[in-house]
Amino acid sequence: MANHEVDQSKRKFLIAATSVAGGVAAAAVAVPFVTSMMPSERAKAAGAPVEADISKIEPGSMITVEWRGKPVWIVNRSQAMLDALASHDDKLSDPKLEVTSQQPDYCVNPARAIKSNIMVLVGICTHLGCSPSPKLQTGADMGADWPGGFFCPCHGSKFDLAGRVFKGSPAPINLVVPPHKYISDSVLLIGADDKGVA
Amino acid sequence: MANNKLQQAATNLLGWVDERFPLTSNVKAHLTEYYAPKNFNFWYFFGSLALLVLVLQILTGIFLTMNYKPDASLAFASVEYIMRDVSWGRLIRYMHSTGASMFFVVVYLHMFRGLIYGSYRTPRELIWLFGVGIFLVLMGEAFFGYLLPWGQMSYWGAQVIINLFTSIPFIGPDISLWLRGDYTVSDATLNRFFAFHVIALPLVLLGLVVAHLIALHEAGSNNPDGVEIKKHKDPKTKIPLDGIPFHPYYTVKDLVGVSVFLIVFSAIIFFAPEMGGYFLEANNFIPADPLKTPPHIAPVWYFTPYYSILRAVPPILNSQFPGVAAMGLSVVSFAFLPWLDRSPVKSIRYRGTLYKKWLAAFVVSFLILGYLGTEPSNVWGQFSPETWIVGGADRATVVARVFSLVYFSFFALMPWYTKKDKTKPVPERVTA
Repeated sequence: MANHEVDQSKRKFLIAATSVAGGVAAAAVAVPFVTSMMPSERAKAAGAPVEADISKIEPGSMITVEWRGKPVWIVNRSQAMLDALASHDDKLSDPKLEVTSQQPDYCVNPARAIKSNIMVLVGICTHLGCSPSPKLQTGADMGADWPGGFFCPCHGSKFDLAGRVFKGSPAPINLVVPPHKYISDSVLLIGADDKGVA
Repeated sequence: MANNKLQQAATNLLGWVDERFPLTSNVKAHLTEYYAPKNFNFWYFFGSLALLVLVLQILTGIFLTMNYKPDASLAFASVEYIMRDVSWGRLIRYMHSTGASMFFVVVYLHMFRGLIYGSYRTPRELIWLFGVGIFLVLMGEAFFGYLLPWGQMSYWGAQVIINLFTSIPFIGPDISLWLRGDYTVSDATLNRFFAFHVIALPLVLLGLVVAHLIALHEAGSNNPDGVEIKKHKDPKTKIPLDGIPFHPYYTVKDLVGVSVFLIVFSAIIFFAPEMGGYFLEANNFIPADPLKTPPHIAPVWYFTPYYSILRAVPPILNSQFPGVAAMGLSVVSFAFLPWLDRSPVKSIRYRGTLYKKWLAAFVVSFLILGYLGTEPSNVWGQFSPETWIVGGADRATVVARVFSLVYFSFFALMPWYTKKDKTKPVPERVTA
């Protein structure tokens, strides 16, 4: 043994093979750890649809229900509010609802709703996820030309009463209309529609 | 005689240890025979103070974990329990929360020292990079730790910061889902943030601090003149002529700094632990409510300059990613300083007015952006609709945009203005 020359090419091959095999093993072992940080089965199961009674919402007011840990607003818009929706298209980033991910197909209409007076919105700003404050009335502390809508306290994004974002807001796109359907005239199901559970 | 015997025994014991562990040689290399420049001034207190705060944070943190519960249904109440029922719990918690803010105070001053004396320049680039790493991990520690009391600001602050990742094209939404471990900030998020805050990041932080110090003791300390003391050594002893042993000279000097620091630190803990809402925000004394964002949310003061930059950048092509990228870049920019600075001199003492003006502009921008980040974007009202270009816009947003540009220009234009600057001749040896 003592007089053998070191076989450099064999040594290089062994170093490379060991590194590759060790690297693959390390990457494979990382998979369970990284995956363990994704939502657990329990968290996934918690996203069931919720029902809301809308019979007691006065015109011009709103309620908030919790769906998947997020606030969902249900606004009963008065006729005056609905009439005003078409008057400020030029100030909106996406008045024609071209970003289709923000509402289901059946809400692509001027009121963004199934029943035009009932607005259903996920109350989470599309900027960085704060919950905007309702400023439903016109004018008031939002300035004389405020048409009514929502104002995000975190970074000042503004939305109208259909959840459409005003130009110049940090939020890039309209608020989300979640999938929903009417179980009866007074009961709304949020998180599911005729196509199934979201 | 007894004394001599005792001395003999101690020497024997030390000899026994030294044959098995390099105790004496390490004490010499890092303390009694580590030669630091003799002209350190006020700005050189903050490195050792940062180390002191690190020890304080670890110590108080250990005692807080003895009573804290990382569970969304128990966390808020367990913090109140520490505040009201645990003996001295209030003091320990305020030491930890004040320590977080003071950590950033001393680290920002430490970084400013590096800026004015060119401590990031050759051969100290790695010291600087380890330092930037420490700064980033520290920001992570502060962010993860801030969720733990599970108050309103904890909750919505975490919500906003995690959503920053959502804006990364393509993979963003999956990254934020992975970070949260749920579809919203929830118990799963709190539990993992606890793990990051108390074990993962502290280990990384300690490793980086050790690397920072090893690199420092290899290259040697810079000084207010920015000259290399190793160039002039005593021909016989090989000790730098302008160097003095770290111990006892600078350990004693740093003790004075520690005393003054502890006076300030104690005064804050005793008399103003919330610091008027800047160290602990009022909204964080309200339990987290996932359905309601407080009317005004702002990060803790040490994050506000970067937060201002985030708010200042408008969405481009229906994406908020540019703002997020600008914020990330504003923090990471510091890492590029060693390669952006082309000046032939290191210290501000020998730089020309051009650099001094840019540095002043940067400091002013940092402070104004920091202030604006604590306020809502309509704090100064709007420009009247008739105003040229900026009509109708929030005044504060326009000001933040201007100062964001100055902030980035300080870095981006540095290769140009440091080269063009008229420098003064640098002395061979340190001045008094």
